[in-house]
Amino acid sequence: MKPDPSLLEQLDRTWRDPPGLWGFLTTVDHKRIAARYIVTALLLMFLAGMLALDMRWQLSVPENTRMTPQLFNESFSLHGSTMLFLVSVPLMEAMAFWLVPLMLGARNMAFPRLGAFSFWLYFGGVLTLWVAHAIDITPDLGWFEYPPLSGPAYSPGHRADIWAQMITFTEVAALAASVNVAATILKMRPPGMTLARMPVFLWAMLIASIMTMFSMPAVMLVTSMLIADRLVSTQFFSVAAGGDAVLFQHLFWFFGHPEVYIIFVPATGFVSSIVETFSRRVLYGHSVLVLAILSIGALAFGLWVHHMFAVGLPRLGNDFYTAASMAIAVPAGLQIFCWLATIGTGRTWFPTPMLWILGFVATFVIGGLSGVMTASAALDLQLTDTYFIVAHLHYVLIGGAIFPLFGAFCYWYPKATGRLMSERWGKVAFVLIVGGFNLGFFPMHLLGLEGMPRRVYTYPAHMGWDMLNQIATAGSAIAVTGGLVFAANALCSYWRGKPSGADPWGGSTLEWATASPPPAYNIPFTPRVDSLTPMWNGGAPLPALDGIAIDTREVLVSSVTDAQPLYRQKSAGPSIWPLVAALAVSAMFIASIFTPWAIPIGALPIGAALTGWFWPNRPRAKIGALEAAP
Amino acid sequence: MTGTREFAIVGTLSDLPSSASGPRHLVWWGNIGFMVIEGTGFVLAAAAYLYLMTQASAWPPKGDPLPGLLWSGIFTAGLLLSEIPNLWVLRCARAKNLAGVRWGTAAMAVIALALFVPRGFEFAHLGLPWHQDAYGSVVWLLLVLHTVHVVTDWGDTVVLGAWLFTHEVGDDQFADVEDNSNYWTFVVLCWLPVYLLIYWAPRAL
Ligand code: HEM
Ligand SMILES: [Cu+2]
Repeated sequence: MKPDPSLLEQLDRTWRDPPGLWGFLTTVDHKRIAARYIVTALLLMFLAGMLALDMRWQLSVPENTRMTPQLFNESFSLHGSTMLFLVSVPLMEAMAFWLVPLMLGARNMAFPRLGAFSFWLYFGGVLTLWVAHAIDITPDLGWFEYPPLSGPAYSPGHRADIWAQMITFTEVAALAASVNVAATILKMRPPGMTLARMPVFLWAMLIASIMTMFSMPAVMLVTSMLIADRLVSTQFFSVAAGGDAVLFQHLFWFFGHPEVYIIFVPATGFVSSIVETFSRRVLYGHSVLVLAILSIGALAFGLWVHHMFAVGLPRLGNDFYTAASMAIAVPAGLQIFCWLATIGTGRTWFPTPMLWILGFVATFVIGGLSGVMTASAALDLQLTDTYFIVAHLHYVLIGGAIFPLFGAFCYWYPKATGRLMSERWGKVAFVLIVGGFNLGFFPMHLLGLEGMPRRVYTYPAHMGWDMLNQIATAGSAIAVTGGLVFAANALCSYWRGKPSGADPWGGSTLEWATASPPPAYNIPFTPRVDSLTPMWNGGAPLPALDGIAIDTREVLVSSVTDAQPLYRQKSAGPSIWPLVAALAVSAMFIASIFTPWAIPIGALPIGAALTGWFWPNRPRAKIGALEAAP
Repeated sequence: MTGTREFAIVGTLSDLPSSASGPRHLVWWGNIGFMVIEGTGFVLAAAAYLYLMTQASAWPPKGDPLPGLLWSGIFTAGLLLSEIPNLWVLRCARAKNLAGVRWGTAAMAVIALALFVPRGFEFAHLGLPWHQDAYGSVVWLLLVLHTVHVVTDWGDTVVLGAWLFTHEVGDDQFADVEDNSNYWTFVVLCWLPVYLLIYWAPRAL
């Protein structure tokens, strides 16, 4: 049955945003919020990519004086911090924000206003870092700022504070997003989508969210301790007063290592979705994939010490972490096996999203191999702080997360815009990016083995590193060109692309059931799910339930394990308060760089904003307080 | 290409209730999420304390006084006793007892406010400033972290309590009271290990 037009109109009236700027500022539509996150993060990826190109230009000839050492320090610090905190993690969250409700056939996230708050706070973090950069307060100590170098004695001024506070912004945003994503996946699944019938994508997002909740408090704690050392003279990291600088490293890497997997695990979700659809068969080894993701999530918390082999920890500690670090190759390998088996046994076709998957597998395997090499404490002592690490980290981050992300972008682009991207230009971009990337970064392994240290602004001529550096620079330039082609393709297709219809790829999961782009209410009815691939029912109508209100914002809440419908929950409408609250929180964060009083004083406007946020819209009490009867 | 998929209506959800309580409620899970985050924060801060303790040759370092037991003891006793009215409010929320949640929440707001008095003295009787040495810093860290939670929940209780009196109370509000009460229990439970660390770990050595 086709839904009645008057029903759709009513739903649209209930769920659409107010028009114009006010609608822009108050929206709680998960799709708009996610789109904002994605556009902002992609712009930042471009800016940070330009910084990278600038650094590569500097390194293309020995003894180059185009950049000063200070400028080079600022460049890699800004590049690394932006790419990790403002690009990779937020992009993964944004994909969850955009897709999770659609894949559940739900009308919005569990906590719509928290979603808006999360974006505004993230945006505050973006402004903190980049406005500070514009006025020349750029952090210059790399993407992890170890004390004592970042402590009050060696880093006067506010560069280190900006870095630390940018982290606070983005982590609060990420934590808020994670609670939202986890609650949505656990409690808002459609009838029939038991845990056993949950797509791998949702598992990946759920596990990444839970990992975020357990790891990000560590970095918030440690950067707060750093700020306190700098602002109110606490002594956490000052050895002279009984503090310990290695404590910083432990806390930082307790977060920093899982962070890599918080980026990688959602990417495995993208890969699973794409592989399934284009292989036209149910994923081979669904439960193996889920278990692999679960064990990666658990193992990731036991590995942080491998970033600290050079610190001089007890011998047994090093051995243990060497073994544990290598163990993570097992679930990662199993996943790759399942994907390849799906591809090999399906009726597979290879449009652009699938090409990205192939690029991912090839690149990630190389990154994994160099990872297993550095996981060995003995070898790592030789390689740490060389270009080998630069190569490794880009192979896993770009190969393991950014390539799947590009694939996901191409795969879901028609759903988001209603148009197809050009396949031809998509392939050109793919070849340029993957080719340029490998050309640019593979030589860095060799440079590392030859001893070229990372984070140096130049190198002497007689070391014999010129040639490899030039290749690296050329490769980077090719990859960045490819990135521009990719972006141009996305932009042009937005206006000129062929209309895609609701389901251009024959996708397996529920987001393909609704129109492209999806309407404000997402889907007219609540679907009922009978299999892992609900869209693959031979083209028959989807079984669905009505009864969720259409004249007020309402969502279905179901039980955690077997998705039994429990009750209908009111869902919050547009509101300016998340933005106001984010502004109040931002004011406190920024002011607390300068004075500790910002915290007690700044708490008052935050409290006021939260009161406005939760202000009841139900009627006033009719029974007076004193005669209230039970 | 393809249009949107057609639907076959196989049933209705209109007879579902419009609210729930306990773990059936969506917000209950959000509350748990934030407890996980903050609980992790406490665990890590405690780990930092233990780490610094194992690195030091004496704990507290030579010359530092031991933290005072009197006011911290009063605070701890008060906090534990506050669980009695708190659990009573929880019961009222589950039983949808309107007068009970109104007056119980108001009482909890007063009790939390009263606890600030011993907490204030507790800070004063730590015996050393935060900037003295790493020991002082980490003790202050734990105490400030916990105090922030008491203050937050107090603010939440005040606002919630006011609205219970001024606005109609339905099932969702009973669920809010339940969440608020669970959160207070969380604040109480987090205190116990922190208390042992701050006051008894240095004495045990
Ligand atoms: C074509 C794209 C890219 C190029 C050419 C590039 C190039 C570079 C260069 C030259 C450095 C400095 C190495 C050094 O002197 O030690 C660097 C560091 C780094 N890059 Fe990239 N990069 C690119 C993309 C990315 C992406 C997408 C990410 C993350 C998702 C990333 C994350 C990092 C990190 C974390 C560092 C370390 C910063 C530090 O040492 O503190 N890069 N990159
Ligand atoms: Cu690691």
